[in-house]
Amino acid sequence: MQVPTMAEWTAKGESPDILFWVGCAGSFDQRAQRITVAFATILDKVGIRYAILGKEETCTGDPVRRAGNEFLFQMMAYQNIQLLNTYNIKKIVTTCPHCFNIFRNEYPALGGQYEVIHHTVLLQQLLDEGRIRLKEGGPYKGKRITYHDSCYLGRANHIYEAPRKVLEALDAELVEMKRCRSKGLCCGAGGAQMFKEEEKGSTRVNFERSEEALASGAGVIASACPFCNTMLTDGVKHEEKEDTVKVLDVAELIAASIA
Amino acid sequence: MAILQQILFILAAGTAIGLFSKKISLIRRNILLGKDEDYTDQPGRRWKNLALLAFGQKKMFRNPLVAVMHFVIYAGFIIINLEVLEIILDGILGTHRLFYGVAGSLYLFLINGFECLALGVLIACIIFLCRRNVLKLRRFISHDLDGWPRSDANYILLTEIVLMTLFLTMNAADTLLQSRGYGHYGAHLTGDFALSGGLHPLLNGLSSSSLVVVERTCWWLHILGILAFLNYLPYSKHLHILLAFPNAWYARLTPEGQLKNMPAVRQEVLYMMQPETAPPALTDGSTPPPPPRFGAKDIFDLSWRNLLDAYSCTECGRCSASCPANLTGKLLSPRKIMMATRDRVEEVARNIDANGKFTDDGKTLLNYISVEELRACTTCNACVEECPVSISPLEIIIEMRRALIMEDSNAPQEWNALFGNVENNFAPWKFSPDDRDKWATDLSQ
Repeated sequence: MQVPTMAEWTAKGESPDILFWVGCAGSFDQRAQRITVAFATILDKVGIRYAILGKEETCTGDPVRRAGNEFLFQMMAYQNIQLLNTYNIKKIVTTCPHCFNIFRNEYPALGGQYEVIHHTVLLQQLLDEGRIRLKEGGPYKGKRITYHDSCYLGRANHIYEAPRKVLEALDAELVEMKRCRSKGLCCGAGGAQMFKEEEKGSTRVNFERSEEALASGAGVIASACPFCNTMLTDGVKHEEKEDTVKVLDVAELIAASIA
Repeated sequence: MAILQQILFILAAGTAIGLFSKKISLIRRNILLGKDEDYTDQPGRRWKNLALLAFGQKKMFRNPLVAVMHFVIYAGFIIINLEVLEIILDGILGTHRLFYGVAGSLYLFLINGFECLALGVLIACIIFLCRRNVLKLRRFISHDLDGWPRSDANYILLTEIVLMTLFLTMNAADTLLQSRGYGHYGAHLTGDFALSGGLHPLLNGLSSSSLVVVERTCWWLHILGILAFLNYLPYSKHLHILLAFPNAWYARLTPEGQLKNMPAVRQEVLYMMQPETAPPALTDGSTPPPPPRFGAKDIFDLSWRNLLDAYSCTECGRCSASCPANLTGKLLSPRKIMMATRDRVEEVARNIDANGKFTDDGKTLLNYISVEELRACTTCNACVEECPVSISPLEIIIEMRRALIMEDSNAPQEWNALFGNVENNFAPWKFSPDDRDKWATDLSQ
């Protein structure tokens, strides 16, 4: 499978319909790379004219801004916006809610106006339009799945239903944790916590959330954020449940069920 | 005797309202110590927020049972104030049940309604006292509330119980005197009211002159209680009954995920990236104005909006009860962030009152909020989402984080590594930028 880059499209004198912004986790983190591959595979199968930036992509600046380093954020934003505007990008899809939030809410004030869509919303649209067809009796049919709301998708941008609609398409048994939707408990990664040791406390945030997810009795914990995925995977391992309970991105579940 | 009561009443009410107005104007001054920021765009959405969030208490209904009890107290408070209007007019004019002559049967309907509400308020306050002191809900036994804040909450509930009891007892004594045809009471035959009539057996044994004393005492204590309570508000968490309204109108209308932009920093970066856009150096020998402080170290660096938040907080703790850091035993409590901000504003206000203007006291907001608390936040917005009165503890946390990093270069080791990686490798981890699309090239092989 070939993953086309913006540079390649431009060299052909053409432009894609949508830019797949992979994000740092999706590019470098081994676990998150599998989410990236799953999503790219779906885009490829559906025949969407997409591109990645490849080596030209850089961090959006989300973690540094939230840590308090506005200078570095503004530098990253400036460079990214220059690049995106040079390529005349109009529409962006991203598998990371943090990148999504930055594009949607924070780049516009800095001269970066793009239509941005989170991959779970795109997947829902493709399912609704019949462009993604799922296997009859796919691997998750009847399986108990619980969905963990990412803060930057949910509270930050009020996207609660799209990922759930996608999961419903799997014919799975969707169960909710007590703290879900706008009351969803954070995985512990946001606000640049991912990149430092937690402050001292009685337990870790990801342990607390993973315990709740495991208590739902689900065999699959569905995530829509690479950072949530890492945090919950670690939490499930800590409870020594990694053999029976899988933490999987919505895109991975769809990629495994696509007809 | 009657004229003396009138004079005393006018003096008491005048003093109470005067003191209250003065205190409120001081609080307004304190709030405006914060930086100016515009929150008047999109008036349509703001009026809607005022109606839904403040009048409708929409966020409270995330927990319907508590919301209903809270709504009874709130409705009781607002509606029974109609009765207070009559009491004030009676007090000034020396009349008794002034509105009865005007409103007739509507008056009876209203007073009966007030009595039912008063009982509702009484019951809800007792339940709330139990929740705080017997059931010991986590957010109420939290150390955030140690000392004055915990007593404050109980005093408010007890005061409301006393006020409602006085109101019902006053009505009971009044209607009993009416049935006995005693004095001027006999001239306003309203008949028994819905609930206070039930108190008659308790009062029946009293002589009519004692009943007058009971009725007058209840009347005076009720209205003096309300006037005293009014002046207690500015020193209490209970100020939210007033400030919840402006706080809803001035609510942030941007998505929760959007951090406030820093135009000054953006400008610096633009000058760095495009030096040709930088203004020419000053040639007249004057020095350029000092750059603004980046982020917030003290209340002066926060926006007036943050300070209004601090005064609007009623310390309910829904924020902290939903905070992932607080739930897992970290030092951070969003409620404490708001309480600390208000405490610091009050300290600065005392400083200004004493010295005429603020004189450096060697302290900042960082004496109230520790670095460890600020570092524990995951920016998940749970606190913002839960707050019934549209407060954002997160905004203060972020502003303070900005000052720590950009003013003091105070970052944990790992964050310095993060900054270095983002700046040099364009990713938060130390990977080669050349490997960014390795997953894609692997896929094509």
